[in-house]
Amino acid sequence: MAVYLIGLGKALFIFLFALILLPVNIYLERKGSAFIQDRVGPNRAAILGVRLAGFIHLIADVVKLIFKEMMVPGHVNRWYFMIAPFIGFTFILFAFAVIPWADNLSFGSWNIPMQVADLNGGILFILAVTSLNVYGIVLAGWASNNKFSLLGGLRATAQMVSYEIPLGLSLVGVFMVFQSVHLNEIVRGQGELLFGFLPKWGVFVQPLGFFLFGAAAFAETNRNPFDVAEGESEIVAGYHTEYSGIRFALFYMGEYVAIALAAAMLATLYFGGWQIPWVTTDMLRNNSELALKIMLSLGTVGSFVGLLTMLGFDKKMRGTWPAGDLRNQEGRILGGIAFLLLVAHIAALVFFNGKVFPEWGQSTVAVLAQVAMFTMKTLFFCWVFIWVRWTLPRFRYDQIMRLGWKNLIPISFLNIFVTGLVILLLDSRGG
Amino acid sequence: MEVFAFYAFASASVAGALLMVTRRNPLAGAFALVLSLGALAFLFAMLHAEFVFILQILLYAGAIMVLIIFTLMLLNLTPEELKEPPIGALKGFLILAFCVAGFVGFVRVLRTIPEGVAEVSPDFGNIEPVGRLMLGNYLYPFEVISVLLLVAVVGVVLLAKKVI
Repeated sequence: MAVYLIGLGKALFIFLFALILLPVNIYLERKGSAFIQDRVGPNRAAILGVRLAGFIHLIADVVKLIFKEMMVPGHVNRWYFMIAPFIGFTFILFAFAVIPWADNLSFGSWNIPMQVADLNGGILFILAVTSLNVYGIVLAGWASNNKFSLLGGLRATAQMVSYEIPLGLSLVGVFMVFQSVHLNEIVRGQGELLFGFLPKWGVFVQPLGFFLFGAAAFAETNRNPFDVAEGESEIVAGYHTEYSGIRFALFYMGEYVAIALAAAMLATLYFGGWQIPWVTTDMLRNNSELALKIMLSLGTVGSFVGLLTMLGFDKKMRGTWPAGDLRNQEGRILGGIAFLLLVAHIAALVFFNGKVFPEWGQSTVAVLAQVAMFTMKTLFFCWVFIWVRWTLPRFRYDQIMRLGWKNLIPISFLNIFVTGLVILLLDSRGG
Repeated sequence: MEVFAFYAFASASVAGALLMVTRRNPLAGAFALVLSLGALAFLFAMLHAEFVFILQILLYAGAIMVLIIFTLMLLNLTPEELKEPPIGALKGFLILAFCVAGFVGFVRVLRTIPEGVAEVSPDFGNIEPVGRLMLGNYLYPFEVISVLLLVAVVGVVLLAKKVI
């Protein structure tokens, strides 16, 4: 029974992790694009005067999209048209099942891996389910019964099928270095040190593989510079031209969850996953009081900075609106929340001071620190996806195909060859 | 629990296969085949042959079927092009008889397998034994097949390219 409950809890955790990254990604996209283009970005929608720097816009958007009428044109293939938006979204959520987010939680006789499913195929599972993602696009393009949609679907399919090859081949180098396809073992392998000071992260042992994987991941998520699935000047909105309402939104949600997945994979395979550089799990467990104190102090500093920012914001914005407008109070409301957080952190610091941690407490602290690390790395790569989209121009369709087949695939073969050669040389020297 | 899951996936697989044969629309048939292959993959997963499960999805449902559907979409056949002349009564009877005979024969062959043979080792279908088989016991056939595939790829490029 306990096993099922733990499994359910873990599944719920990673599910929520993926779903929470979805609005975070949308927010990052809007504010990030505004930042890059020197705009302010969304900042109007408010609940009782609280605007949260545009975060409330997401809620407004979702409410709008859910209650918007879903138009189904008369010429579509109705059954396939209706199910297509759900496919991409569902399969990408499946893929999160094999992503580890911390080292094992172990105390007493328990040793719980922080990963929903440790499949024998490991990361190949992610490749398998994300390859099914294509069907959502194909179905949408074909069922829409429209030339633009069909062309968009064809383009996206061709691109995703082509880039799956360099994606898979660039992974081979990682498998060779870490001698495993299990994500948790790959992450553990990245906890070692290279030459005694550099963490043995994938990006340091497989620099070429990292760029290949990154490029292929961009193509797989249909993001700029590879977003030929749609193109306003060529094929309107591509495969989702005929969609409206929440089904249209589902395609975008699928794209943002795919970004979250690609970011989590990049972090896991090439940036050490949940490994905190130079800090092993044992160090975290043995010094759990110190680790917790550091985390709480960071939180204290963070909430203090938040409080100061909010006070400054209040001072600047007060009186901008006529008296009685609730927006005048926003700085104070958020400042109050920051103050409460500050008090809570200090209280926790005092409470945990000098406490001797039981075994499960030590392990929990280690897990918390590693989850925080993993989340930070994933968020960073989510930002990279948005950064690249708003910085680079897009490729033409034939350029994408040429890049994929004639450049990326030969380079990934070269990467495998060189990796094998280096491993062979190191082995022969060691043995 | 396991029995229910088995029957659910097995019937989904059979239903997909039947739909694939009976659908008039080739794309609908192809999607039904995807369903069938996917359900079949879950049967492998239930045998704990996780690597085979992943390969089944990755190669058949994720790659081969995508290419087939891609081709069908490019052809974009209309229903008028797919009208076939109706099958005569004699022909239909012969086909039916052939199917029944085939099914009976298949069941008979199945009956001859002694019980207990179906048991597999606990690491059946995992990545290590599959890899060992492919790159150990069957290394030469494996290499020959890859050469065959290479020949096919080169042939396709040769046929498709107008100027070489």
